Amino acid sequence: MNPKTSDLETPIRNVGKARAHVSQNEGLIFEQSAPGKRGMELPPLDVPAVDPAKALGSEFTRAAIDGFPEVSEIEVIRHFTRLSTWNYAIDLGMYPLGSCTMKYNPRVNEFVARLDGLANEHPEQPAEVSQGCLRILHDLQKCLLSITGMEAATLQPAAGAQGELTGLLMIRAYLESQGNPRHKVLIPDSAHGTNPASVVIAGYEVQNIKSNSRGQLDTDHLREFVTDDVAALMITNPSTLGVFEERIAEIAAILHERGALLYMDGANMNALAGVTRPGDFGVDVMHLNLHKTFSTPHGGGGPGAGPVLAKKILEPFLPVPVVVQKPDGTYALDHNRPKSVGRVRAFAGNFGVLLRALAYTLAYGPGIRQATEDAVLNANYIRKNLEPYFDLPYNLPSMHEVVFSDARQKVKGVNTMDIAKRLIDYGFHPYTTAFPLIVPGAMMIEPTESESKQECDLFIDAMRSIAAEADATPVLVKTAPHSTRVGRLDEVAAARKPILRWKPTE
Amino acid sequence: MRYLPKSPSERQEMLAAIGTRFVEDLFTSIPEKFRLRAPLDLPGPLSESEIIQYFQARAAENARGYVSFLGAGVYQHLRSVAADALIQRGEFLTSYTPYQAEFAQGTLTAIFEFQTLMSQITGQEVANASMYDGSTALTEAVLMAERLTSRRHVLVARSLHPEYRQVLNTYARNLGLQVEEIGYTACGQLDRAALKPETLSRTAAVVVQSPNFFGVLEDVPALADVAHASGALLVTAITEAVSLGIVRPPAEADIVAMEGQAFGIPSSYGGPYVGVIATREKFVRQMPGRLAGQTTDAAGNRGFVLTLATREQHIRREKATSNICTNEALYALAATIHLCLIGKEGLREQALQNLAKARFAQAELENIPGVRRVFTGPTFNEFALEFPRSVKMINSELLREKIIGPFALGTQYPELTKRAVVCVTETTPRGEIERFAAAVRRILERPV
Repeated sequence: MNPKTSDLETPIRNVGKARAHVSQNEGLIFEQSAPGKRGMELPPLDVPAVDPAKALGSEFTRAAIDGFPEVSEIEVIRHFTRLSTWNYAIDLGMYPLGSCTMKYNPRVNEFVARLDGLANEHPEQPAEVSQGCLRILHDLQKCLLSITGMEAATLQPAAGAQGELTGLLMIRAYLESQGNPRHKVLIPDSAHGTNPASVVIAGYEVQNIKSNSRGQLDTDHLREFVTDDVAALMITNPSTLGVFEERIAEIAAILHERGALLYMDGANMNALAGVTRPGDFGVDVMHLNLHKTFSTPHGGGGPGAGPVLAKKILEPFLPVPVVVQKPDGTYALDHNRPKSVGRVRAFAGNFGVLLRALAYTLAYGPGIRQATEDAVLNANYIRKNLEPYFDLPYNLPSMHEVVFSDARQKVKGVNTMDIAKRLIDYGFHPYTTAFPLIVPGAMMIEPTESESKQECDLFIDAMRSIAAEADATPVLVKTAPHSTRVGRLDEVAAARKPILRWKPTE
Repeated sequence: MRYLPKSPSERQEMLAAIGTRFVEDLFTSIPEKFRLRAPLDLPGPLSESEIIQYFQARAAENARGYVSFLGAGVYQHLRSVAADALIQRGEFLTSYTPYQAEFAQGTLTAIFEFQTLMSQITGQEVANASMYDGSTALTEAVLMAERLTSRRHVLVARSLHPEYRQVLNTYARNLGLQVEEIGYTACGQLDRAALKPETLSRTAAVVVQSPNFFGVLEDVPALADVAHASGALLVTAITEAVSLGIVRPPAEADIVAMEGQAFGIPSSYGGPYVGVIATREKFVRQMPGRLAGQTTDAAGNRGFVLTLATREQHIRREKATSNICTNEALYALAATIHLCLIGKEGLREQALQNLAKARFAQAELENIPGVRRVFTGPTFNEFALEFPRSVKMINSELLREKIIGPFALGTQYPELTKRAVVCVTETTPRGEIERFAAAVRRILERPV
């Protein structure tokens, strides 16, 4: 049995990055509600009032909502401010989640997204009074095409996974136009879970292919799988091991020989921007995660945006509408595209996210290469400094992230999740655990370019210290975190008898 | 570069620690011929003030200072400064999906509150942590109905938002799902007579929107009875969520797909918004998207975690209920804060104001010779009008007076040319409604 926290030496009084600090207790907002309180007032009604029962018929009306909150403005401010202090955030420090690219979210992007004239535009308003919005979209398309080396773009997909689906639908429509949509899409075993899930929604069958012992896609092995029934290969490059697929051009050629296409999951574009372009190494279609590489805030899980970039052959199949510049220089939404895959989302996409991504790109310009270099530098610096302490299952050059495993700590019964939880006590957010699936006990670390040498050094110190603890006092690591408001939560109970909403007590 | 926290000498130090001198050495795994030699062709770099100037210039090219009578799925409602200030706290804005629960209790608690509010508002038992938007929530709700019934036929009201129908068709096409459209009656509601038992018996879901695209409220309980009698589910879309301040919630529906933009989220030229799926407890395991659930730690403290993850793509891959990963958490938070502020009484008052103003506008417009209501069914804050001249012409004249006119139905509904849907909310001042009506009158009085 695990000893109680109080029985342990829990050295969180003062470590390099963090020390203990009081946080406020706070119940649910519903528990603070009392009849007659409110946090917002409306201007008086300036037209005659209407009786809803008469206007709509009593069968169409409802009474006030039972249990709905009644609280004042100050209570709402305190409530959500208190909750916010229970979170970790990039604004507090390094967020080394592999594959997530948690970089700094510039504040000016928040400012410009809120400008009157941008924040309050209606997506159905006429193009003649939307030229500013349309130009923003068009300018962003041009930037993304330049960065990726592709030839056609849509900004409509709401997130990376929807971008994947959109790209697959475009592949399908293209192959259909060639006479046969085919049945299968190949996915390496190192891929993100969204890839196979998107393939299924696109109406394809997933065929998983194994990586070789170096974690790379084996071209001979691939050749066996690429038949005339394969529509595409979905590849993440750099792979989820943070390693560039060295034979990417050959992979593209193998697919193209058999009339299949190469889809690239651009989740790891932060390793490539300004250094190399997917369009140059044979990619036919790809998506970008603007909430990763292009700095738009994650906001606790979203929103994102997943633009799709494609080669010319796929352009006719882009979702409608497409943002175009007309010969007279004005911008418009083109709906008249008979070969389009259709619409994947209402309106013009997550405009507010797209706008922020453009602000980010403009801030760097061609200097975006420096960001990429710093991201790769940070990952390699951390790798070098942690290699003596943690197992590195695939010893290939790392790009923007490095994947260790818990193999050495496991002998003491300490696994990747334990180490991750212990990092919290050192003032860091955990790295990504248990992914990619090809690494048992994976510890996937992506520092991004936003971290200073000092922050990287603190992280390295914390990881080394945890490695020592795992050896000397494994129980300390296994029962972490010791410094948070709540300890490890009972996830099994949560799933067995789900409580998914608050209810008034009887 | 202001976003990069390293000095040149620190970079050198780090390279030295790695055991190399040049940063290029870190990129040797990229084949030489694919490494860029020249800088990218990109505008910039821009300083902060130049970025602001660029976007201010773009804002000036839009409809700033115009009054709008457009609804059609996106609504201008009151927003509060407090909600916008709170969602800009770095701890919310710059945190990740709360997979590490101990370090993300703030986000998780707020999601739990969001799920509660959405359940209360929709009259459903459970709601998820958000979808991309209303259109994709609707599509996912239909796919969920397909899984629940193992039927592959869907009956969709023609009065469902046209863009929602288009999104559904994009998804349905490759999944072998048959989507059949059901027309509307003179009162603007789904034509129940067109729902034949022989079709319903192989139908996964009947899909309606209420208030529908014409602004008309659907008779949800009656539709639920018809669908249920043949083993089909009723999926109800809601685009104007503020209506639920006074309109009876679709409690009889099996799945509700809602756009939450109306809850204090700016229109922002189409997004980001916040989609919601709400449903019955017994269907929760077929629900797409993240869910926060209540639990305890070893010491008995209440806490929240993401739960029932075996529905999701990161666990189930090709067997997941959906491919959704990133959702709209920050705007779910914005809606949560907004609803806490406006509260029980405020939401009702807001809905009543919408109803009153829309009725006032309708009366003003119907006073104009040749202008008349299209549908007789009950409406909330949108209503369809027929005009004696082309809506396109009227709207382009209105634009000269800095008025964005109503949504012209002719493009999406060829049978409804010269008809448009007018939207009026609590933010439309009476004076602007009167100015709009006077302008329409003037335009229509002009000789052809």
